[in-house]
Amino acid sequence: MPQWLDDFLWAYGSFVYGLGVNAILGLSMYAVLALGQLSLGQAAFMGIGAYASAVLTLKFGAPFPLVLTAAMVAPAIAAMIISVPTLRLTGVYLAMATIGFGEVMRILYVNTDYIGGALGLSGIPEKAGGSIIFGLLAVILAGFLSATRSKIGRAFEAIREDEDAARAIGINVGAYKLSALVVSAALAGLAGALNAHFSSFIGPNEYGFDTAVTILSYAILGGVTTPLGPVLGAVVLSALPEVLRPLHDFRLVFNGLVIVLVVIFLPRGILGLHTRRVG
Amino acid sequence: MLAQQLFNALVLGSVYALFSMGFTLTFGVLRVINLLYAFYVAAGAFLSLVAVRDFGVPLWAAGVFGAIGTGAIAVVCDTAVLAPLRRARAPELSSLIVTLGAALLLNSLMFLAFGAEVRRFPATLLSQAPIDLGVLQIGQIQLLIIAVVALLAALLFLFIERTRLGVAIRALAENPEAAALMGINVGVMFAGVSFLAAVLIAIAGILIGLNFDAVHPYMGEPLMLRGFAVVVIGGLGNIRGALVAGLALGFVEVMTAGYLSSNFKDAAGFAAMVITLWLRPSGLFGKAVTRRA
Repeated sequence: MPQWLDDFLWAYGSFVYGLGVNAILGLSMYAVLALGQLSLGQAAFMGIGAYASAVLTLKFGAPFPLVLTAAMVAPAIAAMIISVPTLRLTGVYLAMATIGFGEVMRILYVNTDYIGGALGLSGIPEKAGGSIIFGLLAVILAGFLSATRSKIGRAFEAIREDEDAARAIGINVGAYKLSALVVSAALAGLAGALNAHFSSFIGPNEYGFDTAVTILSYAILGGVTTPLGPVLGAVVLSALPEVLRPLHDFRLVFNGLVIVLVVIFLPRGILGLHTRRVG
Repeated sequence: MLAQQLFNALVLGSVYALFSMGFTLTFGVLRVINLLYAFYVAAGAFLSLVAVRDFGVPLWAAGVFGAIGTGAIAVVCDTAVLAPLRRARAPELSSLIVTLGAALLLNSLMFLAFGAEVRRFPATLLSQAPIDLGVLQIGQIQLLIIAVVALLAALLFLFIERTRLGVAIRALAENPEAAALMGINVGVMFAGVSFLAAVLIAIAGILIGLNFDAVHPYMGEPLMLRGFAVVVIGGLGNIRGALVAGLALGFVEVMTAGYLSSNFKDAAGFAAMVITLWLRPSGLFGKAVTRRA
């Protein structure tokens, strides 16, 4: 590693790693939005992955690959369980039910002493470096890009445009919805584990409503017509507070203003205009 | 003990109901998850606090000032931020994200103006001595809350059910295009509904500030999440449903805290919401939604 890159990562390491993790979260959101499902459980799944990974590392000393696998499996199982009451919900009702799920999880963390209660868990070893995070991001992004060009991608598009018509031509809508939710949950869990293993601290309030809406904003601001949109949205929105740092006290005011202006002028997302479908 | 808890539940549930009626009103008409509502709660409380403390006006006048001031802010927000998206026929979710940006902007401004510390209404405003009924202690603030919410709920029902404007609002909720063809000025009505909802939400904020004796920039957030739960349980856009579900949430929370564990008080409402959606996906009072291709 060249000296300048080493210096840069020493100073901005967690910021750069955060960009990668947030991009994975954006893709996790994309997995359900591509079907037209407004599930806001990503923050909750991220929390399950983060807690599962931290417990395995801190209390059992498990090897890191196993930790990451468990951090994907645990939220995937949780997704299958909550799909029972939520799979037939759509639109705002689905959003609300998944927000409710996130709040219930948050309150469970706060009241469970084994995982640190309201204080959370700290001293998690910093095992997730740039190569792991960005390597995984590249693999996931490549997977999404090839899936959109395949039969799966066309089925997703058909369901998003008209669920009844998709069902009528023989697409198994329920199976696609369930697998989208499970993939989305697994990715959010992975992001949670990676985040826990470079920030070295997790707490119950990091996976609440604010985080859920922030993850949604990555996808919407970037645009959901291509998997590249949520990645770009995550990078822009995560970098914005750093870029605006010279504004000091007015930083968040301008951050809000930028979001408002981008949405008003590009309501379909930054990459939304570029790839708008004809017809 | 039980009588006291039932009474406290009625007070808490009244505030939830008031907030949620404002919430569901805009939801039914504008069909937007608006994240500015948490800001309106704090804005109402701060505006009336400033009126009482710095200008020495009586509480009722400060309440009117806080409510109308917040309503005016809501009209500006609706016109500046949501109306352009409606005209562009933008996807619903971009409206949600634009309110996220606007909420970040306004909350940060309020934070810069007032700081994070908890402020209080002057203690001399209302007599602190409770009325003692033996089994029940009734505070003046609590009586005020119940009276104000009952009055506003009655006025809101009369307005929606009996006036021409109310009919127009219901028409708009039913079908915006048809309403526009019938000569209803849709832009003005959207602004009007935003104003009305923000007034109700701001009054809920003032009452919460008085009841818990605390006013701070982030006081609206827990209320907003509960509002989501109540609105969903009651059925989106259903004012009667919001009133009943709001009161019910107050009872569920107080009873959970009293007989189960106060740790799980906050989870009770959300658990109730998830179960409601499981059994009745359109809410307790909602109509089944048929999707047309």
